[in-house]
Amino acid sequence: MTTTTQQPTAAATQAAPGRGMRFTGWAANYIDERTSASTAVKTLGRKIFPDHWSFMLGEVALYSFIVILISGTFLTFFFDPSMTEVEYEGSYVPLQGIPMSVAYHTALDISFEVRGGLLMRQVHHWAALLFVASIALHMLRVFFTGAFRKPRELNWVIGFLLFVMAMALGFTGYSLPDDMLSGNGLRIIDGMIKAVPVVGAWISFLLFGDEFPGTQIIQRLYILHIMLLPAITIALIGVHMLLLIVNKHTQFAAPGRTNDNVVGAPVMPTFAAKAGGFFFIVFGTIVLIASLFTINPIWNYGPYDPSPVSAGTQPDWYIGFADGALRLMPPNLDWVIFGYTLPMGVLIPTVVLVLFLAAIAVYPFLEAWVTGDKREHHIAERPRNAPVRTGIGAAAIVFYCGMWAAASSDLIATHFRLTLEGVIHALQFVTVVGPFIAFWITKRVCLALQRKDREMALHGFETGRIVRLPGGEYIEVHEQLDDYERWKLVAHDEYQPLMIRPDANGRITARQRVRAGLSRWFFEDRVAPVTQRELEEQKH
Amino acid sequence: MAITSPASPRRFGRRSPLATAALLIVGLLATGGAYALATSTATAETTTTHSAEMIEEGGKLFAANCASCHGVLADGTAAGPSLIGVGALAVDFQVGTGRMPMAASGPQAEVKPVQFDQEQIDQMGAWVASLAPGPALPAERYIAGDGDVANGAELFRINCAMCHNVAGAGGALTEGKYAPGLANIDPVHVYGAMVTGPQNMPVFSDMNLTPEEKNDIISYLRYVDENPSVGGFDLGSLGPVSEGLFIWIFGLGALVAVTVWLTAKSN
Repeated sequence: MTTTTQQPTAAATQAAPGRGMRFTGWAANYIDERTSASTAVKTLGRKIFPDHWSFMLGEVALYSFIVILISGTFLTFFFDPSMTEVEYEGSYVPLQGIPMSVAYHTALDISFEVRGGLLMRQVHHWAALLFVASIALHMLRVFFTGAFRKPRELNWVIGFLLFVMAMALGFTGYSLPDDMLSGNGLRIIDGMIKAVPVVGAWISFLLFGDEFPGTQIIQRLYILHIMLLPAITIALIGVHMLLLIVNKHTQFAAPGRTNDNVVGAPVMPTFAAKAGGFFFIVFGTIVLIASLFTINPIWNYGPYDPSPVSAGTQPDWYIGFADGALRLMPPNLDWVIFGYTLPMGVLIPTVVLVLFLAAIAVYPFLEAWVTGDKREHHIAERPRNAPVRTGIGAAAIVFYCGMWAAASSDLIATHFRLTLEGVIHALQFVTVVGPFIAFWITKRVCLALQRKDREMALHGFETGRIVRLPGGEYIEVHEQLDDYERWKLVAHDEYQPLMIRPDANGRITARQRVRAGLSRWFFEDRVAPVTQRELEEQKH
Repeated sequence: MAITSPASPRRFGRRSPLATAALLIVGLLATGGAYALATSTATAETTTTHSAEMIEEGGKLFAANCASCHGVLADGTAAGPSLIGVGALAVDFQVGTGRMPMAASGPQAEVKPVQFDQEQIDQMGAWVASLAPGPALPAERYIAGDGDVANGAELFRINCAMCHNVAGAGGALTEGKYAPGLANIDPVHVYGAMVTGPQNMPVFSDMNLTPEEKNDIISYLRYVDENPSVGGFDLGSLGPVSEGLFIWIFGLGALVAVTVWLTAKSN
């Protein structure tokens, strides 16, 4: 509040301000005296953003979400989620006279009759794909730089929930047009629900209000899609951003950048200008893509009818891993118990996927438990300096991408002239064995890079200049790095495995042993960072 | 009245013992004839008469180009199936799309540049048709592509899309086989494929899809060919896979490039 009382006096001492300035000053004062907005503006305006391209991926997600909100609002003006059957009377010839639901009819009308409707539909859908993709990339950045460590574990969990929300929003939206493609997607979900032992059929009937597909599901998904899920998403984004401000931003190590400061541009005015411009670049890119490239041509698919399924039926990319998991399961896995069938071919992938997502959500807590590291971390770690974590990340990527690729197994088969069975078997291998190979290779590469860094920090880089000494000996001249470059190579911490320590009763619990074992696995192969003493010795 | 005597109707006129049999014969002839008439009007084939010269030329072409796999008498060998009864339409489809003669054994015959001109194809078709009756080329009106597009699209979704994709982009089958894409295919080949069921394709007989319905499907495919996607480039009409790859590579790729540019230090 002190700043607000000072401002008028400071202004008065200067030359008399113009009428515009006086009005601005008065308005700002009026608002501030009633809302204390200046405190927030001061805090926000002074928030520092470090410059690194990978720190802007979350912004892509935020901006594409805004585009989704704007274009989605437009679509709600014209879309009617009713499943009442009508006959198509619009201008798309190959569907004229075909019975369909009102939902599909209005979705077609948006595409063919509403001015700008098709562009808005395509903007909405492309922005949705970009939204989830940028969230995924943002998550990978946070993971590989260890930016989820204390104090940001909770924000990781919120970010994870946003990822799940994005997938849920995407799936409910994908189902709304009630075309054949989306209906087939819903049928798969229905199948997965019905595979749940004992309660599956009950849940399915509860959700669909009838035997699949019923006449309720589109209205229900619509309410979820335009009200409940966006509300949760917006609330989570709010908390996510709030924690981002509270926790401050991470930064990569560099001279002058420590664990206790943030070096970068403040929001006002530099970053705000950059970010504002970036918003329009993201918006423009989406609109450009939407105006040039077809997405989800619902008119091709026809109204939903449970009998036909088109070749090349796939979900949008972010649900692909689930579809792929189903495709990868070997046949004939059903268990028949007392006349009841347990479709393990559906149940196993469902359980595996849930466990996989849960593992992503709790990873920060697992790692903190294994490393025993309770310090705050504000310096983003280079991936090579945490070889096991980077290896785990690479393994997860291979696991995910194996399932993801499996969702397009038929297209891989036709486009690369392979057999469908061969593609499936290869991807089964990639998904099951691939993660272990990826972990091992990545860890080795990280350790090798660490050794290279160590070598560079101690002996400098090779100049390629060969010098012959008077004695006849040839040497290659190494040049020392400058201090700025060297800092990046020596700034990381050294970790050691946790030791097993007896508890208060003098006993070593099984839990302790597991923890120590995991910790040893996490840290046993490591390259010690260059110490100050080694550097000093090297100089002489 | 003499006519009402009880004995005479038993032996003469409509009360004769032979009357039942005669009635049965008349009835059978009528239904059979009507059925034959109906089915003959329902077949779509042109009543083509192949000249002896044409058949002879076709026989020579067959012996020179096809007999090594299909046998000198076209009765099939281990390398190729019998062609007795496949008709001129099958020859027109297989040779007219370049699938036959096959370049190499494989999961299925590939489309490649056509090896013969239409006259030669017709001659071979005439020779094969002379071996046994089989499907002949359809009448012009059944491949005109002027039918009911909406009905064709509906029939296409129900009968064809599970292998060929709703947009006719093609799809995978088992063991390296596939359903080819259907863009810009000669209507007579579409018709021929439906009638003769080449390779892995099922036969869609006239009982299953009438010639008019086949024409509707041809009309729909023609509509798709002539009307490019209203939404812009269609990315191969492959659905969400190409869309997902596009947004990751070009959409997110472009924006990452922008982020690198925005945070680049001015040197």
